[in-house]
Amino acid sequence: MRKLVWLAIVAGGGLFVLASQEPDFTGIIRSSERLRMAIPDFRGAGEAQNYVAAFNQTLWADVEGSGLFNMASKSFYPPRIPQQPADFEAPPPPTRRPRRGQPPPPVTGNGLWMADWSGPPVEATYLTFGYAAVQNGVFVARGFVFDMRRGTPADAQMIAKNYVGSVDQAGAGKAAHEFACDIITQMGGTCIAGSHIYYTHQAVRGGAKEIWAMDADGSNQRQFTRFNSQPPGSNFSAVSPDGSKIAFTSYAKVQPAIFVFSVDPIRDLRFYNQRASVNAFPSFTPDGKQIVYSSSAPDDNCCRIFIADLNGTGFRPISAPGNIDVEPKVNPRTGNQIAFVSGRSGHAQVYTMNIDGGNVERVSDGGGEAVNPAWHPNGKTLAFAWTRGYATGKFNIFVMDVVTRKYIQLTHDEGRNENPVWAPDGVHLAFMSTRGGAEQVYTMLADGTQTQKLTSQGYNLNPAWGK
Amino acid sequence: MFERRSISAISLAVLLAVLAAGCGHHNPPPPPPPSPAVRPVEPAPAPVKPPAPVIAQFTAEPTSILIGQSSTLRWQVTGDVIGASIDQTIGTVQNTGNRRVFPSRSTTYTLTATGPGGSVTATATVRVAEAPPPPPPPPAPVAGAVTFEQSVANNVKDVFFDYDQSEIRADGQSVLTQDAAALKALLADFPNAVIMVEGHCDERGSAEYNLGLGDRRAGAARDFLVQLGVPAGRIRTISYGKERPQCTESDEECWQKNRRVHFSPGQ
Repeated sequence: MRKLVWLAIVAGGGLFVLASQEPDFTGIIRSSERLRMAIPDFRGAGEAQNYVAAFNQTLWADVEGSGLFNMASKSFYPPRIPQQPADFEAPPPPTRRPRRGQPPPPVTGNGLWMADWSGPPVEATYLTFGYAAVQNGVFVARGFVFDMRRGTPADAQMIAKNYVGSVDQAGAGKAAHEFACDIITQMGGTCIAGSHIYYTHQAVRGGAKEIWAMDADGSNQRQFTRFNSQPPGSNFSAVSPDGSKIAFTSYAKVQPAIFVFSVDPIRDLRFYNQRASVNAFPSFTPDGKQIVYSSSAPDDNCCRIFIADLNGTGFRPISAPGNIDVEPKVNPRTGNQIAFVSGRSGHAQVYTMNIDGGNVERVSDGGGEAVNPAWHPNGKTLAFAWTRGYATGKFNIFVMDVVTRKYIQLTHDEGRNENPVWAPDGVHLAFMSTRGGAEQVYTMLADGTQTQKLTSQGYNLNPAWGK
Repeated sequence: MFERRSISAISLAVLLAVLAAGCGHHNPPPPPPPSPAVRPVEPAPAPVKPPAPVIAQFTAEPTSILIGQSSTLRWQVTGDVIGASIDQTIGTVQNTGNRRVFPSRSTTYTLTATGPGGSVTATATVRVAEAPPPPPPPPAPVAGAVTFEQSVANNVKDVFFDYDQSEIRADGQSVLTQDAAALKALLADFPNAVIMVEGHCDERGSAEYNLGLGDRRAGAARDFLVQLGVPAGRIRTISYGKERPQCTESDEECWQKNRRVHFSPGQ
């Protein structure tokens, strides 16, 4: 019975969302514009056979994960797979018309003709192929990308390059990452394979939180802060535009305060905190020279948005007093606009204002609670968490065009879904979800597809995605 | 101890008296020594040694005092006396006399009597008790007396709030009024203590917004207490947002328990 009521609420909310907006904002990713990519498995020679599976798996995952392509299913691939451009054969010229009553001769090279890939059923625009071998103690993948719209193998070649690594799984994976990066970059995308995600890790429920870091695919998880303080610990990190600094909030000195650390080496740069019960939620301006944050100064009434120099000095308030104003994020494109969350009209909603505090506008429509705004690199689109259409506390990830206020919903009531942040490529989002029980960090494409779970140990939340 | 010294002083006096008697003029001279084999140079006749003086009495009364109290030395020297003196800066004294002394630590006085027959000494010791020990600490708290922490826990009650609200409800006002009275008494009893006003929220809002909301709740409770006369300088506020729930179920009963202001000893 309870479940039925829930369904009714969810369905009703969903209908309401659909009915309340024009269907002309389709989000960042237009899958209809994606071109089809075929990647038949590479074969390995000699010792490379042991690691070529890891190579194939990584290459496919990275290229598919880029969101730039529709991947042609392997089950449609022809029986013979070219391993190098020389394997292609030109189809024989048509000699004579088939005799009446007999079927036409098969127009196929079983995989060695360009048309075997560009025609049905594969219908690939691009073909990625090659092979792997061990040469002089190094894993070498010889990789090619053809644009199959161009008629001949000589014209079609976009990439022909060797990718090397150590002779093990990691080396094969590295070679695949680099090949995928070249493919993504060649197609006008941004490669995120070398980017980092900072996040908040809590080993046990109720324990002190610390800031951790990992690679964009969830590998190489490592502890960043080591306050070892009493709970709640540290949380809410942000990365500087150049990736060299992290700002976050910590209870290490009893009341919540802002810290700015350099990344390499990991060092406290000693941000000056105003004397206040709350200093929190720092983020960087696009030039990397200032910090915007929330503070309860001067009368311990949380919070106004402040701006200060990187070391905390030269601070001044931006937003008016008397409201709970949190999570300021400066528009990365213009640098003159701030998105933030305020309770000034009731429950939390997402607002924008000029960097001088003027022209405050609410961008969420007042329904539910809207929190955790994150600017797309284009400076026009915001991702945020919203309970609109759901019960209080049931957040989902939404993406909104700030000018038209049109939005799409990316997650659909699988647990709580919060803390969306954009990857540097503007195509991926990292976020926190409780869909599997505990809070964990996930990534997905900006259309809500290709969800990947990056963390699984303890509790993990509040990702910040930097270079 | 003193008793034994007293006895030994008396026996010494008696012994001296016997010796002195043995050297008296009235005894017959001893027989001459036997002649040497080779007659030596005739030695000068040995002078007749006069008797040394006799210390008939040298006592301290009392022998044990506290700092600042006095003891009286009494002495009597008889016999052939040229002079008598006592050390410890007392100096020359009459043959018979007494003197109050105020030693600050245990002291042994030595009386020296000198006569033609030699010198004799006697001692008397005054013991000075150690400085009295410092007063003991106040007695351990008996049942009923408690620490500041316990007092806060026992007497200062939590205040509860509506969802996404920091206004003090009517029930909260009556609780805070009692809290104010308890806090004024407590802060007077513990003059160095500071009270921490903690703002908490339920799990539903965002962690960020709840950090702000918790601060508002703590601030509202603080302002209410200050209006009722709790000294503002003894209050600090802190927001834990939803980071320290006291209840982890996802239902309204539990959420209400977590939407609260809680009081703890300050740091």
